[in-house]
Amino acid sequence: MIPVATALLDAPPTTQAQRRRSSRTLKSVLLSVPMKILIAVILIIEIYPLFWMLVSSFKTQAEFLGKPFWSFPADPQFVNYVNAFTVGEMGHYILNSAIVVFPSLALIILFGTAAGFALEVMVFKGRGFILMLFLAGILIPGQMILLPLFTIYFQTGLTGSLWPLIITYTATGMPLTVFFMATYFRSIPKEIFEASTLDGASIFRSFWSVGFPMVRNAVFTVALVQFFFLWNDLLIALTFTNSQSLQTIQVGLLNFTGNYGQVSYGPLFAAICVSVFGTLVIYLFLNQRVMKGLTAGSVKG
Amino acid sequence: MKSVLGDRRAILALLGPALLVYSLIILIPIFWSLGYTFFSGSIVSGFTPSGFDNFITFFKDPTAWTAIAFTVKYAVVLTVGQVVIGYAFALMYHFYLKRASAIIRTLVFFPVVLPTVAVALLFQQFFQSAPTTGPINGFLNSLGIASVDWFGHADSAFWVIVAMDIWRSMGFYAVLLYAGIVDIPDDIVESSRLDGASGWKLLRHIILPLSLPVLLSSVIFSINGTLKVFDSVLALTNGGPGSGTTPLTLYMYQTSFTYGDYGYGSTIALMLTILCLLVTIFIFRAQRRDLTKA
Repeated sequence: MIPVATALLDAPPTTQAQRRRSSRTLKSVLLSVPMKILIAVILIIEIYPLFWMLVSSFKTQAEFLGKPFWSFPADPQFVNYVNAFTVGEMGHYILNSAIVVFPSLALIILFGTAAGFALEVMVFKGRGFILMLFLAGILIPGQMILLPLFTIYFQTGLTGSLWPLIITYTATGMPLTVFFMATYFRSIPKEIFEASTLDGASIFRSFWSVGFPMVRNAVFTVALVQFFFLWNDLLIALTFTNSQSLQTIQVGLLNFTGNYGQVSYGPLFAAICVSVFGTLVIYLFLNQRVMKGLTAGSVKG
Repeated sequence: MKSVLGDRRAILALLGPALLVYSLIILIPIFWSLGYTFFSGSIVSGFTPSGFDNFITFFKDPTAWTAIAFTVKYAVVLTVGQVVIGYAFALMYHFYLKRASAIIRTLVFFPVVLPTVAVALLFQQFFQSAPTTGPINGFLNSLGIASVDWFGHADSAFWVIVAMDIWRSMGFYAVLLYAGIVDIPDDIVESSRLDGASGWKLLRHIILPLSLPVLLSSVIFSINGTLKVFDSVLALTNGGPGSGTTPLTLYMYQTSFTYGDYGYGSTIALMLTILCLLVTIFIFRAQRRDLTKA
């Protein structure tokens, strides 16, 4: 898994052969025109939906119903964004999402890293079995655990708060995080921890002051990947938020049109924009890391 | 030394929280859910034992069969689409764009991180026919073709779901498969070029066999993800029209929470889990047989 992740973004070294290939002039000129068209088409397919969404978020209701889709708004309606936050309560949903996602992330990282450390650095029987146990969780569909959890939260009186989401997210983040962290700790020479132990560090100190800083980079990548999973989750959020005041951004957006009698296109597009550009900004700054992290998570075979 | 690294209390403290949360919230509910399959009712109405009734109902339930058919059709179409298109992108990155591909890679990848609900709402508008005319129908109109009511028929709605999910995921598979192609040693490719292999021949006999492992893991990953499709269908069509685009996951959700039948809901969830496991094992086996033949 790790070699794949690291090989991912390092461009292959330019060999003599490659240089020769790129200078096959006649053929490459012939190829370049269809290639350029193809790339233009790809760019349109990727960008145009977002462009259209952005432009549409500034239109009036009349422009939606009366003008063709490619027309530009005569007078940009910033009020659509105001409405998305006031009538549409987007701010409320975003706050709920943040309240749920960040504590879950902190717990996932703390528990997951500690468990990865214990499974790789420490010595005891049954380590392999426990690691496999965690891994099995990746295969199981979420639907398999929803109903018992619903019963548990109902009977412990947690229903009606955001705790069910925090608890469930923390648990669903475990398999991938434990597996990731165990793999990273495996790549650290054991002598380092033996040395710190000889110097008199307790095992907790070895973990917190020696191990954790060494996998800091990995921790950040895992946190980033888990952030996208949790922030974009619909199934769990939909199941355990029974009132509007608890809804996260995804559930709120799903029911967005319900706040108005009929579909108000402007605020709807504004809300979609807010949701999309929020994650897009993170991607803008951290794209290489996100790509590495997300794809590394899948090559587990 | 051994006593510090093998200290039981320390192991418990470090491993305990993760294992406890995982067991309570994932492992125990899995078995609990298995237990539910032998009951009918819900937490509100109370449970009554029903033996194997839920399983008998499942195999006689036409809606369940429609849901299985939809799930499998969707998983197969999307897996083929994702992996083939992703592979085409990966080949393009490596053999045509070469070093210039970084920016295209990054760009094609971005839809993966977008929230599914937002993308689904966007695609709803994109394919809308009334009261507003979305870009797709607008484009058709400009060619003189009448608007299509994409969400009015299960068949066309299916293809909209597929189009959206391929749009969302092709960049992801492109990067995944690109990593596999980059790993192929340059000298192998070069020497087979010198031996006269080029274009299709090179792809068929050199590149394809050498990227088979990463293709296989992509297929397994894709099948496992697409059999569990939920978000995109719920947000885009909500299973409609009728139950024409309802996968097993959504059918389970509706049975449990709309109709309040936990027992039957758990049965559907179990069938889905079995389906996922069977397909994964099947692909592994098929692959192993192929390898021994070659």
